[in-house]
Amino acid sequence: MNNFTVEAIELTRLYGGREAVSNVSFTLSKGEVLGFLGPNGAGKSTTMKMLTGNLAPSNGSVKICGIDMMENPKEAKALIGYLPEMRPLYKELTVDEYLTMAARLHRVSSKHIKQAVETAKERCGLGHMSKRLIENLSNGYQQRVGIAQAIIHRPMVVILDEPTVGLDPIQIRDIRALIREVGKEHSVIISTHILPEVEMVCDQVQIIDKGKLVFNGSIDVLKRQRVGNKLLVGMRNAPNANDLLNIAGVAEAENLPNGLMRVRFEDGAAPAETIVQTAVQQGWGLYQIAPDQTSLEDVFMQLTYQEQAA
Amino acid sequence: MIINVARKELKSMFASPMGWVILSLLMFAFGTQYLNGVNDYFAVMSGAMRPAERTGVTQFVGQSVYGLASFIMLFAVPLLSMRLISEERRSQTLPFLFSAPLSLTEIVVGKFLGLVAFLSVLIVFIGAMLSTLNIWSDVDFGFLLANSFGLLLMVAGFAALGIYFSSLTQQPVIAAILTFIALFALMMLDRFFAGDPNNILGSLALMRHFQSFSNGLIDTADVVYFILFAVTFLTLTVRRLDADRLRG
Repeated sequence: MNNFTVEAIELTRLYGGREAVSNVSFTLSKGEVLGFLGPNGAGKSTTMKMLTGNLAPSNGSVKICGIDMMENPKEAKALIGYLPEMRPLYKELTVDEYLTMAARLHRVSSKHIKQAVETAKERCGLGHMSKRLIENLSNGYQQRVGIAQAIIHRPMVVILDEPTVGLDPIQIRDIRALIREVGKEHSVIISTHILPEVEMVCDQVQIIDKGKLVFNGSIDVLKRQRVGNKLLVGMRNAPNANDLLNIAGVAEAENLPNGLMRVRFEDGAAPAETIVQTAVQQGWGLYQIAPDQTSLEDVFMQLTYQEQAA
Repeated sequence: MIINVARKELKSMFASPMGWVILSLLMFAFGTQYLNGVNDYFAVMSGAMRPAERTGVTQFVGQSVYGLASFIMLFAVPLLSMRLISEERRSQTLPFLFSAPLSLTEIVVGKFLGLVAFLSVLIVFIGAMLSTLNIWSDVDFGFLLANSFGLLLMVAGFAALGIYFSSLTQQPVIAAILTFIALFALMMLDRFFAGDPNNILGSLALMRHFQSFSNGLIDTADVVYFILFAVTFLTLTVRRLDADRLRG
């Protein structure tokens, strides 16, 4: 008996012969947050639509807590909360009316509807907006209503398509905290193209490009690559790249503007100390040495670029 | 679950002033027709000497009010049904319903029942209005019942057709125009085949099937016609939405 909350098996979706998503398989367990990364048009939203039953896959299947989305769509959908990219809000209703309706449609029993609406509002910071028309809310608050709608029935799986778009930094922080909180009890899938966000909230990462899964694994793997094997060294009298290559363990050195150098060292080597010593001895005027912070983006670029080249 | 979708539709209809305005304007029109009907009844009957010319007040007033009602519904239903799906398509709220634990049939039937419930408010009011004649006369309630039932069935047919056209487009106005043209054509069919009463196409005409109801007769053939009419277009709508899911 496995306890996967989401199982996607060889999902493929054709649009007029072109594969928007091809052969995407993954699983997600309870209490995990999965981040979906990819450039525009990579197939993130299409995959999410298939997971939530909004779009029929051309091939493959989706199981939510073991229930097949094709065979028992109603039972499977009852376990999902979904916020699409375009918020599905009825703007002529008030926040309370809308959330009550959402709760009712998601089979929350009439005794618990009031409680469910209150909890969802509280979790999304909407308490004082109850009687406002959704139409009159700001973009950020509308987004919160969208998220509230997705978690109101305490679903096993919450799927949020770019949940932090259009929010101010404080709201983004709140929403991330909310995602982590929801992720403790349930499974969450979010899509985004903001890399640090993935690092902050996700346990698992998937990078998708041109409809294909190019990376699927734990965030730790990415983080390790991110801390990686690169150093950024700043020196006032930057030496030639060759001088650095003479230091044991340095595999590659590259001159950047402003006296910065990017140094890649061999696996297992830790040449930082030696570099500092040499710099002091040679009078290179070392003023900065730090792990290269851009490497998560590099990883992302590499993965999506390799795919293009192939 | 169907009820919840219907409740949602009713809620959106009454959330804006539109619903109330339409209800009150239509009731105003029917009320005026009713008053005129009563006045005309006295004028006509005081001139009608022979017993054969004399008809009951229920039939006289009822026929004029229900006649107007069936004509006005031809305009009112497309205006009300146009938003049902096209508006959701345009504002991208359909995923809200699609990802809820509802089947497509439940969504479509729910929306249909919501609209029919809204329109049946009018039908109940018309019935109540005509029943007030009972204060100083003996009203033929059977006649009122048959007419109300017939009007309800016809309006349900209109609504089903309207929902289907609404599911075809993103523009509510286009849905309204298409629905209106289709309904009008179905009405006119009767005229085209007036010379040939046995023509099959002629028997598809909507008004011909309303005729027996307006004479106070509930004919099962006509009941079945309207039910089939509604079921056909609701099925087509479900299939249209299913195609969305399949083709995207």
